[in-house]
Amino acid sequence: MNVVALVLNAGLRDLSRNRWIVAYTLCFFGIAEGLFWFGGTGPQVLLSLLNLVLLVLPLVALVFGTIHVYASREFVELLLAQPVPRRQLFAGLYLGLALPLAGAFVVGAGIPFAVHARQGASLGGVAALLTAGVGLSLAFAAIATWIALQTDDRLKGVGIALATWLAATVVYDGLVLGAAAVFGDYPLERPLLGLMLANPVDVARVLVLTQLDVSALMGYTGALFQHTFGTVLGTGVAATALVAWCVVPLGLAERLFRRRDF
Amino acid sequence: MRNAVMRRAVLTALLSLAAASTARATDLTVGPGARFATITAALAAAQPGDRVLVRAGTYREATLVVRTPRLTVQGDGWPVLDGQGAREVLVIAADDVTVRGLVLTNTGVSSLEDRAGIRARDARNCVIERNRLRDNLWGIYLQRATDCIVRDNDIVAHGAKQTESGNGIHLWYSSGARVERNHIRGHRDGIYFEFSTLGVTRDNVSEQSQRYGMHFMFSDSCRYERNIFRDNNSGVAVMYSRGVVIHDNRFERSWGSAAYGLLLKDIMGGEISDNVFSRNSTGLFVEGSSRLDVRGNEFTQNGWAAKVLADADQNRFTANRFAGNAFDVTTNSSSANSTFDGNWWDEYKGYDLNRDGVGDVAFHPVRLFALVVEQHPAALLLLRSPLVSILDAAERVLPVLTPEALVDKHPLMRPPR
Amino acid sequence: MITLQTIRKRFGALDVLQDVSLALRSSAVTALVGPNGSGKTTLIKIVLGLTRADQGTLHVGGQPADEAGDYRRAIGYMPQAAHFPVNLRVGDVLDLVAQLRPGETVDDDLARAYDMAALKDKFVGTLSGGTKQKVNAVIAFMFRPSLLILDEPTAGLDPLSSNVLKEKVRAVRAEGRTVLVTSHIMTELESLADDVAFLCDGRLRYAGSIADLLRTTDERSLEEAVAALMRAERAEPRYAAPEVDGVREAPRWLVPGAEGAV
Repeated sequence: MNVVALVLNAGLRDLSRNRWIVAYTLCFFGIAEGLFWFGGTGPQVLLSLLNLVLLVLPLVALVFGTIHVYASREFVELLLAQPVPRRQLFAGLYLGLALPLAGAFVVGAGIPFAVHARQGASLGGVAALLTAGVGLSLAFAAIATWIALQTDDRLKGVGIALATWLAATVVYDGLVLGAAAVFGDYPLERPLLGLMLANPVDVARVLVLTQLDVSALMGYTGALFQHTFGTVLGTGVAATALVAWCVVPLGLAERLFRRRDF
Repeated sequence: MRNAVMRRAVLTALLSLAAASTARATDLTVGPGARFATITAALAAAQPGDRVLVRAGTYREATLVVRTPRLTVQGDGWPVLDGQGAREVLVIAADDVTVRGLVLTNTGVSSLEDRAGIRARDARNCVIERNRLRDNLWGIYLQRATDCIVRDNDIVAHGAKQTESGNGIHLWYSSGARVERNHIRGHRDGIYFEFSTLGVTRDNVSEQSQRYGMHFMFSDSCRYERNIFRDNNSGVAVMYSRGVVIHDNRFERSWGSAAYGLLLKDIMGGEISDNVFSRNSTGLFVEGSSRLDVRGNEFTQNGWAAKVLADADQNRFTANRFAGNAFDVTTNSSSANSTFDGNWWDEYKGYDLNRDGVGDVAFHPVRLFALVVEQHPAALLLLRSPLVSILDAAERVLPVLTPEALVDKHPLMRPPR
Repeated sequence: MITLQTIRKRFGALDVLQDVSLALRSSAVTALVGPNGSGKTTLIKIVLGLTRADQGTLHVGGQPADEAGDYRRAIGYMPQAAHFPVNLRVGDVLDLVAQLRPGETVDDDLARAYDMAALKDKFVGTLSGGTKQKVNAVIAFMFRPSLLILDEPTAGLDPLSSNVLKEKVRAVRAEGRTVLVTSHIMTELESLADDVAFLCDGRLRYAGSIADLLRTTDERSLEEAVAALMRAERAEPRYAAPEVDGVREAPRWLVPGAEGAV
């Protein structure tokens, strides 16, 4: 077996027994199941979960991710002392963090939809939600890894992770809303669509909305939105943006991992 | 009142005439090997009360004009009357004429004349039923035709552009019409009423219209019920009329910049009851209308369930169901002149301590974000952003910007019905 | 045979290592000593490739240290403190390291002496500090690398286990391999080591046999000898060199260059 698979395998074994990851899985399962239980229809449950996904997934990936990278520091040094290339070691370590995070979400949120398949959630909607959740997990795990490798001070690192979360989930949209209000007289739609792609949380939201809320996308903005993101091409653009949000921080983190001193 | 009395008198007279004439009625058969080779010849020979029976086959003749009263033109085995892309197909220009069982097709496009598959012109009591209309510029055109019945027709236009297409069923100064059980697809407006009062439209299906599934202008005291309007480009528009009853219809899947399940503009007095508005960009759009009783409707999965502009007043929304809409209610001003009372809202999170089925806390159906979007449409891109949820929650706790008066003081705990 | 030549490392404004040249003999145990912050850990990390020197070269077994880290096949490393992922079983950890180094000659002496078979199914999180240190030692001695780097190896071990480890070190030495060991217990080093390398403020101040050091310093034990060296570095009178033009020369018996290496 190659180094990536070996290190990934160890990471999966470790985190699949991690109580926080288990709690996280159960939490999603409980909430989704509870929403169905209290009479939610498929589309309603999807929308409620979307809010949760946009807020909680980045938070958990960032905070758990940075703490996990810090906690594995000594073990990583032991592995680095073995005759293995850093590049492969990094890939294994990252995947060993990101896949359990994504998997916990997919299992926790996915099973209730499979069980309640007849309650009217569209396959496209569920697929979009799961894709968005996986994308957010992978992207923010990469960002968390980067933060933890960048900052040796653990407290500072977790602080940066929290600040990043706040910026991505709330502050960024606040600035966009402000821009929409201040520059309301100008044709803003296209620049704003561009800004949506520049934030992984917005990309994930857009990806799900194009599958869920088509009728809500109204007026000129809605038409343009639908025109831009509702097509196969647009969904592809959004998905590509989400992939870019995984790849770019991951590339930065990998570069740092290869070059830095431990 | 005088009008109605007159009409009844005329009707009685006609009925007695019809009874008197049936005894002498004869069938004039048209078709290969039959007595008449052309429909034109049969129509020329027909006497009032006769029946022209058209056998299967394709007939390419000059525009057919029925000038004989009490005549029935009936197809046997779906004969095809082909306008050859050049002319109107059939014109009813006498009273009490019935046309049934024909296939009318291919009027062709003209920018000079409104060619129709069947036109009733200055006629009374015509019956147009069980016909198939295919690829005509206009389908069935009632022009100053009074008390006519248009039913069970199947009207389809394929692929024409809006500028090259007329309406499926078009009424102009034609009062007292009954339009029932027709299926219209792909015309500019599926059903169009203009200056046509006292009409009844029910059980029709109008879909994929290039503009409106149904379009009413200046047509007072009409009833529309049990119709299905779906996938129409701009939905349904009812304008400049009084005393309209819209009951038990379905308005579905009208999407786009200016698409409405039902657009009401300058309607004075009327009832909008027990309809379903589902998956429209805007379910119900009310502009400049007053004294509407909006009751028992279901609004689901719309972008805006109900958009009520500030120039609409004294409209009452009661016992409606709102579920799964991006926005339940929005308006363009902070003053509200319409009332909401005793509706069911899926977003309502209040409680009912005395268990009378009515929530103890009032519900404000207008979200802050809906107002923001109304003023800054580009902000719609933030729909369902966590930030927006936070803003809406804050506004609900401490309303400062949303209209104070637009409130449901008696929100229902369970959906009505 | 390990050779370090003119190794220099700066962290920011701090010179951690300055022109350190050192050769480690085969069939010998070299004790790396020096006060806290003298650069011992950095030196070890440079040998392992965890940290990169700003300048200088490193040869392990005649082979230059490479980026890919293949030269680390020649190294077994026992870090100061053992931190393994708490949700892995001891067997998982041992298997991981074993599989990361395929094709190497296995040495299961220590694994048997510490009875790893009995611990195999225990979770790391349930182990005592001493037991974790045993696992740590087993990993370092799992193969037959030509160089063993042991950072405070007996810390936390009970006397019996400690003894087993020391015997293993002697056996390795007898096989002609090289051992670099740090410890704060000088008596332990004295009983184990042949040579000593003394680092102070990032400079190598002594490298040579323990016997020579005792003779030069006229001390009876390694502990006293090292203390004497440290006092000398702090300009305490007994070993202070005469000042020449206001600059104090290094004591002559301190060996600053590679030419003085054993």
